Amino acid sequence: MSMRIFISRDAAAVAVGADDIAVAFEQVAAKRGLPVEIVRTGSRGLYWLEPMVEVATLKGRVAYGPVSSEDVASVFDSMASNGPHMLRLGVVDEIPWLKRQTRLTFARCGVIDPRSLEDYRAHGGYKGLERALSLGSDAILNEVTASGLRGRGGAGFPTGIKWKTVAQASANRKFIVCNADEGDSGTFADRMIMEGDPFLVIEGMTTAGITVGATKGYIYIRSEYPHAVAAMNAAIAAARRGGYLGDKIGGSTTSFDMEVRVGAGAYVCGEETSLLESLEGRRGLVRAKPPLPAHHGLFGKPTVINNVLSFAAIPFILAEGAKAYADFGMGRSRGTMPIQLAGNIRQGGLFETAFGVTLGELVDDIGGGTFTGRPVRAVQVGGPLGAYFPRALFDTPFDYEAFAARDGLIGHGGIVVFDDSVDMRKQARFAMEFCAVESCGKCTPCRIGSTRGVETIEKIIRGERVTENLALVEDLCNTMKFGSLCALGGFTPYPVLSALKHFREDFAPVPTTLQAAE
Amino acid sequence: MTAVYEPSYEPWNETRGAEIIAEHAKQEGATLVILHALQEAFGYVPEAAIPMVAQALNLSRAEVHGVFTFYHDFRHKPAGRHVLKLCRAEACQAAGGDALAARAEARLGVSLGNTTADDRVTLEPIYCLGLCATAPSAMLDGRLVGRLDEKRIDALVAEAQR
Repeated sequence: MSMRIFISRDAAAVAVGADDIAVAFEQVAAKRGLPVEIVRTGSRGLYWLEPMVEVATLKGRVAYGPVSSEDVASVFDSMASNGPHMLRLGVVDEIPWLKRQTRLTFARCGVIDPRSLEDYRAHGGYKGLERALSLGSDAILNEVTASGLRGRGGAGFPTGIKWKTVAQASANRKFIVCNADEGDSGTFADRMIMEGDPFLVIEGMTTAGITVGATKGYIYIRSEYPHAVAAMNAAIAAARRGGYLGDKIGGSTTSFDMEVRVGAGAYVCGEETSLLESLEGRRGLVRAKPPLPAHHGLFGKPTVINNVLSFAAIPFILAEGAKAYADFGMGRSRGTMPIQLAGNIRQGGLFETAFGVTLGELVDDIGGGTFTGRPVRAVQVGGPLGAYFPRALFDTPFDYEAFAARDGLIGHGGIVVFDDSVDMRKQARFAMEFCAVESCGKCTPCRIGSTRGVETIEKIIRGERVTENLALVEDLCNTMKFGSLCALGGFTPYPVLSALKHFREDFAPVPTTLQAAE
Repeated sequence: MTAVYEPSYEPWNETRGAEIIAEHAKQEGATLVILHALQEAFGYVPEAAIPMVAQALNLSRAEVHGVFTFYHDFRHKPAGRHVLKLCRAEACQAAGGDALAARAEARLGVSLGNTTADDRVTLEPIYCLGLCATAPSAMLDGRLVGRLDEKRIDALVAEAQR
């Protein structure tokens, strides 16, 4: 029997050499005359250990990592002889970082071959859809609502209510749109699941389709994710061949099909109405709401638009029941959240866990602090529109309401760690600059406010009338927050104001003695 | 794979452009799809193609021009022979990306967003490759590279200059 070796084809693993490692393993095996089967999987999300290589054993899959080209021969020999090795991490499922997680959405990611429908089905795939087909629309809506699932893109709107609105709307056509425009820095969960378990997203979207009576779906993926685009296209083709997309899906009387559309580098298209405009072939200008996309969405038709992770949570909820999902979490944040640890962090990666874990646990304990070894000074939670939190707020539990109560947001679940070398004036300026570059231009507070914001923060950095300009920035943020049409202008104040509030020392006027010395 | 990959594009040709447009024009909301396809074929979206797209989709030239200029991806002229994109978003900033970007700029003698005088390398910022746990990261002609340090960025720049 040949050895089965598993190596990730996830973009981040490839970026640190996984493709070269896979080739090297084939070469070493040929040299040793031992037959091997190399399976390219998604990533387990333990990115500091990538390229991670696993081998099937009687005790389960045993992992090695991070494997460099020079290690390949010795790792291979250790695999073949089941002998010790410096990089041997033991049975994967027993690795504490993985064992501590609650992987509902990411259960298969890193385990299966993302190109194989058979592998997906063998690991419980399409169980949720099969149950959904037997339940019918009303019962599915009850399940999704009872699960407490809220939109994982950042807004946290209850998914069940959104779906119900579309189900009740009457129209000759309805659409399912998956928002895979994951532009927030520090987030990569959408990318990972599209690359590592794409059928899960298809199953979730298909379930939405049969629930609300839509027969066509679009997944809008950003162009910065070519690997995810390829993985989704391959999976869609395989699902069609397998009878899971197209006419009479899964042997039912219902039809549903979908296609990939690729974005073109506009961050604002992650905003749902801007995304719909873009899908229709226009500039990504944000639409005023109401009307809601649920009533008046893509091509003016009732549309379910959800984030990748929202759709990806659906198959578990349908397969295992709403209660199994809702039993995890705290308060009104039910279920699990795939949290992404990023930036200057020792153990960065994907950590899926029930809501309620504190920020401190995530950064210090699970993330292991910074990779530079310097003290953590600030963490930005929720992407470019998320607040910077200081250590003093590390007791904040990961929960939509708890973060909101501290003027922050969990957004898409990304956490970017900065050490004590960070200059918060620079970060505040960047937030405004990013908004200025990416603003769609439709509303004034965002379009002009962000440009004035950059200028004013630059004055502060130069030491010009610091106190007055700080007050001006705060006032400007207030205008942007309450006057902008969408979250781009409306949330850019979060990183800016949090930097001002929690890291005020960085904005202090330079003492005159120092100024004289310069 | 680490083999040097050289993107190759066709020279602009109206007949070929019309073919590409016709191939995608039937899709709903086809504008972006067509612009992507044109850029994939020619390396940029030639100005002459804009009225052709407009006519095929029954849109005004202004509308198509508006779409073309709204999105960062679309080029109005060919890029350098190699395109080096450096991720400049927060996670890469936190991991030392600022210094590496400055280093690449110094080595190439151009600032981000520009092409070297010999047309060999276009250096661009990109806002998030989604490799935030293996930061800082970059993309050279579609090939991803993570965990950049001075040595790796120098090697990437050298490779792009070849």
